[in-house]
Amino acid sequence: MADHAVVADDEVDLSRRKFLTRATIATGAVGAAFAAVPFIESWNPSERARAQGAPTELDLSKLEPGQMATTIWRKSPIYVVRRTPDMVARIAGHDELLKDPKSDQSDQPAYARNPLRSRSAEFLVLIGTCTHLGCLPKQRFGAGEVYAGWPGGFFCPCHGSRFDLAGRVFDGSPASTNLRVPPYSYPNARTLVIGADEKGVA
Amino acid sequence: MSVKSASGAPARLPGGAAPKQGLWAWLNKRLPVDEFMHEQLTGYYAPKNFNVWYFFGSLALFVLVMQLVTGIFLTMFYKPGELTSFDSVEYIMREVDFGWLIRYLHSTGASAFFIVVYLHMFRAFLYGSYRAPRELLWLIGMLVYLALMAEAFMGYVLPWGNMSFWGAQVIVNLFGTIPGIGTPLVEWIRGDYGIADATLNRFFALHVAVLPLALLLLVMLHLVALHQTGSNNPDGIEIKEKVGPDGKPLDGIPFHPYYTVKDLVGVGVFLLLFALVVFFKPTLGGLFLEAPNFEPANPMSTPEHIAPVWYFTPYYAILRAVPNQRMGALLMLLAVVSFLFLPWLDRSPVKSMRYRGWMSRTALALFAVSFVALGYLGLQPAEGLYVVLARIFAAVYFAFFLLMPFYSRIDAVKPVPDRVTYRAH
Repeated sequence: MADHAVVADDEVDLSRRKFLTRATIATGAVGAAFAAVPFIESWNPSERARAQGAPTELDLSKLEPGQMATTIWRKSPIYVVRRTPDMVARIAGHDELLKDPKSDQSDQPAYARNPLRSRSAEFLVLIGTCTHLGCLPKQRFGAGEVYAGWPGGFFCPCHGSRFDLAGRVFDGSPASTNLRVPPYSYPNARTLVIGADEKGVA
Repeated sequence: MSVKSASGAPARLPGGAAPKQGLWAWLNKRLPVDEFMHEQLTGYYAPKNFNVWYFFGSLALFVLVMQLVTGIFLTMFYKPGELTSFDSVEYIMREVDFGWLIRYLHSTGASAFFIVVYLHMFRAFLYGSYRAPRELLWLIGMLVYLALMAEAFMGYVLPWGNMSFWGAQVIVNLFGTIPGIGTPLVEWIRGDYGIADATLNRFFALHVAVLPLALLLLVMLHLVALHQTGSNNPDGIEIKEKVGPDGKPLDGIPFHPYYTVKDLVGVGVFLLLFALVVFFKPTLGGLFLEAPNFEPANPMSTPEHIAPVWYFTPYYAILRAVPNQRMGALLMLLAVVSFLFLPWLDRSPVKSMRYRGWMSRTALALFAVSFVALGYLGLQPAEGLYVVLARIFAAVYFAFFLLMPFYSRIDAVKPVPDRVTYRAH
């Protein structure tokens, strides 16, 4: 019986055929998923974008007390405020008006998770994009500058989010977390490096 | 020796047209042109009681074609890139012959697209066009609407004006509110740590290739689904249920020539109004083209009031009305997604508003008012009374959908006629 060209219907192993069909579909799907990887990965920040996102330095000696300097790191404006003792004093005493006074829900390195949200009382370093939808909050450092009783801080013109002089968000703002703090360090007394700290480069 | 059909006479097509000879016959043997025309146009029956609301489907198709043509010509002069985009748009406006006209046709066309699509959707609300058996037709239409929103948003980024930049910033950051994957997802979408050259270039690719192809495919599916069920009509009754001895709907007329000619009149009126805007008020006082977009993108300077173009402002008002950003983004998404559930939320025994009671009518009127009011509030700064009003109208907006299963069921209805109401003229 060398002739096996014709197979009767009842001899067809349908379960075997079904298994092979499903196995082929599954293998093809896995292959398609792998083939999609390079296309999806191509959307990641490129080598050039990553290189341009390297740490950036700021000379602190040129910053007067009470002044703010803006620099750019990773396409985001970085706010560096040299706070006066008076400004530091105005950070305390309104914890009950804040959404996240202890910065539990907010994004910052461990060394900035304190009431002043900084490594030292004098310098405040923040990513200057509103945690609501990325607008640039404006500096309103004077007491009473936004409304009576305003302790000084930042005001976002887009959707009205308000932050104190430590970048902590006030209740009633559309933003729900405090302004973010980038990783930063002081290699010497007059230099600030944004994007790198003891843990290495971000 | 000539070939004859069995009866000896030349065979006739179902539509009654004699088969053509020569080249036309040769062609039809290889490509079913006559058959397609008959099935989709001359032998496709539409209800004879269409009113003015039924212009907007064909107008949307017309605007789509206009956007494709003007868009293709714009790509011949536009150069995507953070250093070239803004300048190339100015080049189109000032130095390309008739470039200003092609660009204004395209930018006004975007707003016109949304006007006709919103009226087209309101028609479905009025006459229950989303109801069985047209649920899938409605869902495909909603996908067209979603693709259109993505297309319009990315198109708005391309001139790389300051509102382009900040609009992109706000909208892309909405994805950052997704728990867990938000931050890496936003970086992946932008291709950089901020809205940058990479973002602009990929939005260009999506705007000129991916989304137009998706739109064309979806519009084709929308039409195929429409021709499968046939059009609804202002009375909300099925004309296929009353057919004459010839099997044709008694209340239907062939789409071509009757509705092709009628729709051409609609296109004429539309073009008249459209030309008024293009030639006399192309920015429409900042509604169609916003003033901050006439200065180049500046990552270091936020415009005083960031507002999207008018067709997104109802959703934007809902986003800003919520004090929590994640909830705001979620509600904004829900505001769009709610439309998808309409066919199953509506429990009224009748389709058309003509035969519904005061509850459904009041609900629809309140919904329309709240949609327009939210659209206005989305253009205003998010402060004081504006926010309070936005919250009230957002509540009305969602109540329309959430309460629909109740009021549509208990509402009194009038008897629906057997045949469409129609007065010959």
